[in-house]
Amino acid sequence: MGADTAPAVPAGAALVSGRAGAPARGGRAGPVRARARRWRELGVRVGGVLAVLAAFELCSRLGVLPRQWFPPVSEIYVELFRLAFGRPLWVEIGRTLSGWAIGLGLATLLAVPAGVLLGSSRIAYHLSRTVIEFFRPVPSVALIPLAVLVYGTGLDMKVFLIVFVTFWPVLMQTIYGVQDVDPVAKDTARCYGLPPTAVFRLITLPSAAPYIATGLRLSSSVALVLAVTAELVAGSPGLGQAIVVAQSNALITRMYALIIVTGLVGWGLNSAFQAVEGRLLRWHPSQRQEVAR
Amino acid sequence: MSTERSPALRRAGLVALELCVPVLLLVGYGLWSHRALDFYFPPLGEIAEVFGRLWLFDRVPGDLLPSLVRMLAGYALSVVLGVGAGLLLGLSRLLRTAAEPVVEFLRALPAPALIPFALLLFGAGDGAKVFVIVLGAVWPILLNTIDGVRGVDAQQLDMARAYRVPFAARVLHIVLPAASPRIFAGMRTSLAIAIILMVVSEMVASSNGLGYFVLESQRSFAIPEMWTGIILLGVLGYALNWVFLRVERRALFWHRGARGRLGTAGPPGRRGRAARPRSAPSPEVTDA
Repeated sequence: MGADTAPAVPAGAALVSGRAGAPARGGRAGPVRARARRWRELGVRVGGVLAVLAAFELCSRLGVLPRQWFPPVSEIYVELFRLAFGRPLWVEIGRTLSGWAIGLGLATLLAVPAGVLLGSSRIAYHLSRTVIEFFRPVPSVALIPLAVLVYGTGLDMKVFLIVFVTFWPVLMQTIYGVQDVDPVAKDTARCYGLPPTAVFRLITLPSAAPYIATGLRLSSSVALVLAVTAELVAGSPGLGQAIVVAQSNALITRMYALIIVTGLVGWGLNSAFQAVEGRLLRWHPSQRQEVAR
Repeated sequence: MSTERSPALRRAGLVALELCVPVLLLVGYGLWSHRALDFYFPPLGEIAEVFGRLWLFDRVPGDLLPSLVRMLAGYALSVVLGVGAGLLLGLSRLLRTAAEPVVEFLRALPAPALIPFALLLFGAGDGAKVFVIVLGAVWPILLNTIDGVRGVDAQQLDMARAYRVPFAARVLHIVLPAASPRIFAGMRTSLAIAIILMVVSEMVASSNGLGYFVLESQRSFAIPEMWTGIILLGVLGYALNWVFLRVERRALFWHRGARGRLGTAGPPGRRGRAARPRSAPSPEVTDA
């Protein structure tokens, strides 16, 4: 995706955490009230989900939406559980995820060294800037036909597309991260006569790491979108193709179940990335932003 | 580069430096494709010739315009819905908590997976495409609006309340302007998503539009035509991004100005610098 580096979307869980201006009301009132508040919040969340599901169920049962195309949510979930106990669903998930993983891994291997190079050399940066700025906003999906021609409809094609798409965000974030290293820290290191490799390992890399992590998190969801799109449009095996097959066989309930599975996969990847990022970069102030503010 | 040279000369040198790689790449591809005669990678001259024949301006009303209309309609709807719902959720903690799981799920759901659903809901017309675009592009705007609204200076709000500024005016004159930098950051991300979803939705079910054109060209092995479509999409993405940056710069000139002055007043704090990868890196970084 031409997804730019303006990550925009903040680390997910922040949606509800303590408001900036109003310091935690429950925090000072003692652990009991805090726990009560957490339970209440959980209740509200579950209530929100249930309300949406109930609305869909009612729409379908009362015939607001034609029932043969929009089966009640309860039936979709029954189908979902049936699928979850069979093997085929997990095979499809595995196919989608393997494309995702290989693509993202390759892109990282390519983009991080390139970003470090371009971030540390002004001339290299200027030489490559126009090319980067041109390719970054190019809508990646436009390349699907080309990828199909060159790589067929298998895993290679998916991986090529994902590498092309995720390369740019990771590259840009790495460049920013390397350029944003605290000059005082670098000068200090030079004063103490640290060799360049040590400067890189001890200063550049740690200070660029949060940027790279952000790039990876953004890329991960984009990579999933591309994987599903490739399966949907070009018919390479995976969840996207399974959705199309279900639809063309008029297995509407299964189609919805598969769409929900796709969403759950995306949600799981997001949460996993946030958790890992939070753990590995615990020491970094950006992870404590909510508290620091 | 020595510092003694005049700024104009330096800038010229910089432009030359920045242009040299793309020019080399183009020339290199031109030479290679001329001799290689690869079926999938036609010579530049042929692509240019087909491009002129097709897109100046033969197919513009048939393919380019419908695509643009769908994309802009979907994008405009996303902005309206995203900012509206973002204000609502940003101002009410209860609503925000209740909506969080649903929003998180829908945001993580790859929008192309919803195309079959959209087709059932709207049929193969423009409605389905606009719907898919909205379902993909609304989330960055929504989440950024929520974040921007929550980041509004609490003192300003309290003061407005003390002066009995009515609620609507508070939202219009305090909350919205304060949130607008974040909203714009979200809108920029959404623009790219909207273009992508336009192409995908046209590839899956359509009888016109750029996505349809590119895929059909490939399926009928009209390779130069396919390339012109890809190039046109690239140019479109680039141009829309460029226009957006200009608009953003105009709309947020006060914000950039204020930040610039702050920047010279004191050394950047460690906290502010560190927080940057989380919040949107400021546009001037990407643009510098």
